[in-house]
Amino acid sequence: MLTRRKWLAAATGTLLANALPRARAEEAAGASAPEDILIALPGKKPLIKRTFRPPNFETPLADLRQPFTANDAFFVRYHLAVIPEVDVRTWRLRVGGPSIARPLELSLEELKRDFTRVSLPAINQCSGNRRGFFSPRVPGVQWGNGAMGHASWGGVRLRDVLRKCSLQGNALEVVLNGADGALLPQTPDFQKSLPVERALDENTLIAFEMNGRPLPHFNGAPARLIVPGWTATYWVKHLTDIRVQPQPFDGFWMKGAYRIPTGAFPGARFASQETPETTPITQILVNSLITTPTPGARLAHGRPAQLTGWAWDGGTGISVVDISVDGGRNWHAAALEKDLGRFAWRGFRFALDTSQAGPLAVAVRATSRGGEQQPEKLTVNPAGYHDNKILSLSLEVA
Amino acid sequence: MKHPALAAALAAFALLACTAVLAGEESIRLVDGPGRDLTATTCVSCHSLDYIPMNAPLMSRASWEKSVHKMIDKFGARVAPEDIEPIIAYLTAHYSG
Repeated sequence: MLTRRKWLAAATGTLLANALPRARAEEAAGASAPEDILIALPGKKPLIKRTFRPPNFETPLADLRQPFTANDAFFVRYHLAVIPEVDVRTWRLRVGGPSIARPLELSLEELKRDFTRVSLPAINQCSGNRRGFFSPRVPGVQWGNGAMGHASWGGVRLRDVLRKCSLQGNALEVVLNGADGALLPQTPDFQKSLPVERALDENTLIAFEMNGRPLPHFNGAPARLIVPGWTATYWVKHLTDIRVQPQPFDGFWMKGAYRIPTGAFPGARFASQETPETTPITQILVNSLITTPTPGARLAHGRPAQLTGWAWDGGTGISVVDISVDGGRNWHAAALEKDLGRFAWRGFRFALDTSQAGPLAVAVRATSRGGEQQPEKLTVNPAGYHDNKILSLSLEVA
Repeated sequence: MKHPALAAALAAFALLACTAVLAGEESIRLVDGPGRDLTATTCVSCHSLDYIPMNAPLMSRASWEKSVHKMIDKFGARVAPEDIEPIIAYLTAHYSG
């Protein structure tokens, strides 16, 4: 069996998949559960390949241990297969629509020069992060823990740009489009909308920098939207068009995707897109991730061992992270690391008792400053979003 | 590449999209069986074939029917009416949980 082995392709602009032995390729394509395969996209280090085209690549746990996720390790998520390399010299951001009095076209230079520069740390998390852990399973990209990352995003405020274009009082939604597109003209283009209030929030940015560097191609160069606290579906990459309108946007990616049962989850409402049955996913739910030890790890009997990880939510910040070492009967507060901001993740650590040999059932439960707490059970929903149930980890002291 | 039709479909995509992302996906091979080439060439015109094994463990005939019709109705996949059933039959036979 070759299943536990992984193969790597170098990041030299082309992939080395042709070197993949036939037997291995057939196994990877077979109906048995495929193992994680690490592959490097151009400009990226090897990431967990979920799909080649459109490219969906997940950050391995080992790259989620630093406070800021490295640009070349940051996850990649696309819906459509045509992803042009945008030339920053000819790139323009067009702002218009019925609720804009003075339409505008901005070059990257003008965007950088004419507006106040802002940077903020924020979690960027795919709506379907952890879909692969859903029970019962749900179709879609079978993400593990790594369809998320944390970065410092640098750019300008969307509201400053909208106000320069004389935003009208009848504005209801702000529609965002990027340069990526589909192969077939009939396939719905990936466009998203935001309620105008969220677009005008001081933390909603048009970012051109990630961790102090230009955005990587596969994370939306030259500019993308940043909607801190909301799931990554709204963080439109390769941004080219911003349209403000007085009526709800009726594109497929708002009306037909990224929806959750109305009233099933906490979080901001998107009233103009809501129906009695479903509503758009909006805010990230309170959640946590254990970075060490890894599942199934053996801890040395009597040796100090530390549990570490991150906790985050949709923008109130984390108030407490509780740890249980008896399967959830008793809880103890973990120590929290430095607060990097309310949209950032918060580090936690907890000393594990290794004085007794045997199995150790660890659980982690984060609570936000807004009072939301990770639930014991998943709220099942058809698209497999919002997996924020309490984490458990089986360890062995020996 | 063993299958000329699939090779042609991938080459056409490469011309259209001109992207390095394509590299690597030609290593994905669907299991042998009636309808394999038809399924591969149809699906690959929009996405890589790894979507199929990725979702296989949770798929059934009913969910493949739903999925194939979603590709046609929502995403504009061009599938001749007479090809729909052989594609669903192939996927159900080889990629169901």
